[in-house]
Amino acid sequence: MADWFQGLHPLIQASVRVVLFFVPMFMMIPVMIWYERRLLSWMQDRIGPNRVGNITFSKTSKLVPQILRGRKIKLFGLLQPMADGAKSFFKEDFMPAKVDKFLFILAPAVFLFPAFALGATLPWGPYTLLTPISDANIGVLYVLAISSLGVYGVVLAGYSSENKYSLLGGLRASAQLISYELAMGMAIAAIAMATGSLRLTDIVSAQEGRLWGIVPGLANWNVLTPYGFIAFIVFLICMVAETNRAPFDLPECENELIAGYNTEYSTKKWVLFMMGEYVNMIVYSMLLATIFFGGWHLLPFQFDQLAREHPQISTFYELLAKLNGSSILGPVWFVAKVAVMLTCYIWIRATLPRLRYDQLMALGWKTLLPVATVNVILVALWIVATKVYSPVLGWAAFLCFGVLIVMIYRALKSVIAPKTSSLASRTLRLDMSPANVSKPEPEPELVEVAN
Amino acid sequence: MDALKITPELLLFGAAAGLAAIAAVGVVAFNNAIRSALCLVVNFFVLAFLYFTLNAEMLGVTQIVVYTGAIMVLFLFVIMLLNLGSPEALEEKRDWKRPAGLAIGALFFATIGSQILMPLMKITTVSSRDDFGGPQAIGRTLFSQYAFPFEAVSVLLLIGIVGSILLAKRRMS
Repeated sequence: MADWFQGLHPLIQASVRVVLFFVPMFMMIPVMIWYERRLLSWMQDRIGPNRVGNITFSKTSKLVPQILRGRKIKLFGLLQPMADGAKSFFKEDFMPAKVDKFLFILAPAVFLFPAFALGATLPWGPYTLLTPISDANIGVLYVLAISSLGVYGVVLAGYSSENKYSLLGGLRASAQLISYELAMGMAIAAIAMATGSLRLTDIVSAQEGRLWGIVPGLANWNVLTPYGFIAFIVFLICMVAETNRAPFDLPECENELIAGYNTEYSTKKWVLFMMGEYVNMIVYSMLLATIFFGGWHLLPFQFDQLAREHPQISTFYELLAKLNGSSILGPVWFVAKVAVMLTCYIWIRATLPRLRYDQLMALGWKTLLPVATVNVILVALWIVATKVYSPVLGWAAFLCFGVLIVMIYRALKSVIAPKTSSLASRTLRLDMSPANVSKPEPEPELVEVAN
Repeated sequence: MDALKITPELLLFGAAAGLAAIAAVGVVAFNNAIRSALCLVVNFFVLAFLYFTLNAEMLGVTQIVVYTGAIMVLFLFVIMLLNLGSPEALEEKRDWKRPAGLAIGALFFATIGSQILMPLMKITTVSSRDDFGGPQAIGRTLFSQYAFPFEAVSVLLLIGIVGSILLAKRRMS
């Protein structure tokens, strides 16, 4: 089978890989829409779409077969996305008169392109022939590069709509995406340093090693290492921000900007924007699973290694290894991880209120970026201490220097700007700073009386 | 000139280079500043593909991250914020600057062209070593042979960051 596949023309091989990656992703989108609406409505204590697809057969009609009479078939609203999709194709495709037509039509396509191109270096299973589409040795950088293109669609949509709210949405999106991309890049840089490679398949195989290099039987998932955990938190927040999801959906914030950059869009073009958003969410979830959660493995155990170490029960461990992902189950676990992550997306959306713009910027630049940068320094320490001495020393160095940096930061902060601990008080100070608050002017009449 | 053999590499190069050249013309030909900036985006993006064909994937991806993804977004941001108004307002007056610019441009082209055009005419195939532009190769070169310039540039960037913070802070208070 493998030989036959390798014998094919490289273009055909590449096409097969592309189809195997994208067709499941396309299939995930409508399910995802349904899932989000149902889960969100459940979390918000309402019902949500539950009607489309329900069939109630007549009790009396003779056209209905005897067994079906009076029966109800419930599909829990599963056909709702299909109905919405069909509806969007038959609605009037409205375009305001004064828009920049070329850019207006181009924008959704520009938005969709990076969303789809993003996954080209992601491995989804233990098949080196079928995945990833391109095992380039710059895999992680490629993802960063393509995700940085995502902002163009939003910016162009905002600009070409000739609408103040759209423009504001586009501007917000560009500022937000640039800000959070930096922190995300830094978070990934820590992992790339620890792995010693930018290739995503290398990052996955590095996570099959021993946990911290010493613990036998456990796999070195990046999220279980100290630097990986910090990077994971930073990456998670940046990921939600990069996909423009609540609580970071300021570019399309309803109460301020109607719908932000997609205010003027309707029907198919709007559907393209929504599709891009969902594809982005799915691909970022895959990226998270690949970089931090060991790719397609279910649990962080080294069953392969254990099978080699204990030959008397090796068949048992080999079976466990197969169950754990090194078989056809690998892609299943991968999709399961993605599903869990998408659930988290919806959960976060249902839980957290939208950030204010200054809070968004403060979180990105003043919290996440410094944390991610310090993490890069700490991971360098970790690598040196672990490789040269021992993982125990690595942990010690990591914790000591982490505490040291936090203490230095606190000391500096108390010297530079005392009493500005919380975000709220800081913004309050900004508003109350002498430049903004002019001296209370006496009212004119009173002045005259005084004179 | 020898007959050029059409290979897939050559076709790829021709497509990418042609698109880059058209986009480059578009940058100066459009009246609308946003369109010009978008042409520049396309140019930078396609340029990255030219790097890819030369096995310089690290350089190509950096090109996309830095120029296409960051700098051009800032360009667009500024253009949209400034709102340059109608294209007619941007129409330049015909004065001595145009012929002078043309002359200097021609001179510049002649200077560079005289040096690089002749050797480039003979090259018809893409050739580079396999380990040429990977992250490992670049990292090794950067931190051994070019360690001092690399560090010097990082200090320069640090000065730039501190300077910009200083300017912004002064304006605020």
